[in-house]
Amino acid sequence: MRLLRDLLRTPEGAIGLGILAALALVALFAPVLSPGDPLRIAGRALLPPFTDPAFPLGTDRLGRDVLAGILHGTRTSLAVGLAAALAAIAIGLCVGLTAGFAGGLIDEGLMRVVDAFQIVPSFLLALAFVSVIGASVPVVVLAIALGAWADPARLTRAQVLSIRERDYVASARVIGMHPAEIAFREILPNALPPVLALSAIIVAAAILTEAALSFLGLGDPNVVTWGSMIAEGRNILRSSPSLSIFPGIALVITVIGVYLFSEGLTKAFAGRRLEP
Amino acid sequence: MTLLAIENLSKRFSSGGRAVAAVGDVSLTLEPGETLGLVGASGSGKSTLARILMRLLPADAGSIRFEGEDWLSLSGTDLRRHRARMQMVFQDVLGAFNPRATVASVLDDPLRIHDIVPKAGRAQEIAALLDRVGLPASYAGRSIREVSGGQRQRIAIARAIATKPSLIVLDEAVSALDVSIRGRILELLVELQEERGISYLFVSHDLAVLRAVSHRIAVMEAGRLVETGPMRQVIENPQSPAAKALVNAVPRLVTQPTEGPFHDV
Repeated sequence: MRLLRDLLRTPEGAIGLGILAALALVALFAPVLSPGDPLRIAGRALLPPFTDPAFPLGTDRLGRDVLAGILHGTRTSLAVGLAAALAAIAIGLCVGLTAGFAGGLIDEGLMRVVDAFQIVPSFLLALAFVSVIGASVPVVVLAIALGAWADPARLTRAQVLSIRERDYVASARVIGMHPAEIAFREILPNALPPVLALSAIIVAAAILTEAALSFLGLGDPNVVTWGSMIAEGRNILRSSPSLSIFPGIALVITVIGVYLFSEGLTKAFAGRRLEP
Repeated sequence: MTLLAIENLSKRFSSGGRAVAAVGDVSLTLEPGETLGLVGASGSGKSTLARILMRLLPADAGSIRFEGEDWLSLSGTDLRRHRARMQMVFQDVLGAFNPRATVASVLDDPLRIHDIVPKAGRAQEIAALLDRVGLPASYAGRSIREVSGGQRQRIAIARAIATKPSLIVLDEAVSALDVSIRGRILELLVELQEERGISYLFVSHDLAVLRAVSHRIAVMEAGRLVETGPMRQVIENPQSPAAKALVNAVPRLVTQPTEGPFHDV
């Protein structure tokens, strides 16, 4: 709760949280705001935006409602972004903690695997993964997570290595605390904040990667996503640019919101550390 | 009976392929209720010795007998249980506490781990410990960040006495404190010693501090013990060059009455 207060005190945090809250509401209430399948043909094809009150943002080549697509696309973008980031952080935390605590050969081995994943461009990895296994939301999530877990793993390990040498860990050993309790009560909670701040950046990257995969036609074809909408509009970019511009704007707002939120979160954590 | 006997303790660190003897062949003893001041310039190995004694660092060679046990051969659960008898107070008053801890949780940990008092009586015991080190019981609910440096060191002392140890290692325990608070912390330590018969191994670079609390003083230089003796003897008649240098380094107030008014040039 105190963190939330600190977060809202920074302008970045307040704006970012506002944007994300609005997006979350849109995602949650998309079926209420625009009932029915967003992929169904709803009206005349290629209706320009701001002409028909029934279709405020117009329709695409097949006569599908652009606004409905964007509203429902919020669900996919946020869900895929959050799930991928969550998976990446979870894998990264486990690997980083194990490497940091175990040390020695286990540490060496795990970190070389991390190196291998960091060397391969994450988008290429996701692309290859989805093309081989096939496009569906869980596969896309996994593909994005595979390219994103290396950074949190590295950061977690560095945190653990630094915190284990602190005096408060030494004093926990001095009073005879069990090593498992030291790991989970003394080290882990203090190692988390920078990793959590990183997670917001991973969410933003995951949303962009998902859009890029959809743009290349490797997204789940059964759900509407902003990336696939942009790809649809690409063919008639010169006559109806709005078809690509609106989902593009939605994407930009989302990513900016996530970045501002992460910036605010970092500042809130830093502010707490500065307090006496 | 001797409480602590360190014999021929050695520890080498290798830095850049070169081995440096941090502690070389150190032997010393400590009696119950006694304070041994361990003094030396920075880098003389006194903190390393303290950390080996606390089993925070492994020793390369030598033996330690503490309360009749072979202290260096203890491990695992056995070691954790015996740690109750030997506690430590650190120099860094902020770094020695988990930043998320509250005063109560700091004091609760040793009581819980060593099962000193049953769960129902812990709040009362925490209040008693706080009272003993001169802090109001209302401090229990505070975050450790909300108390000042001197108060934090009092809490560190309360944590150290919570397990009823026979030896407390004080690693530069007052060096980070304001001079005005330093004296009162030292008084508290002496009081606790008289009341409970605790022995102290007081590590410091400051002979002025050690003169106030020590019965005996041991001087270290470059990892070796160069002089040991009763406090008065070491301070008034130092034998080794290292001890002489430390005695000369204690600042003295030059009090010469000024004669007549100063004149500006």
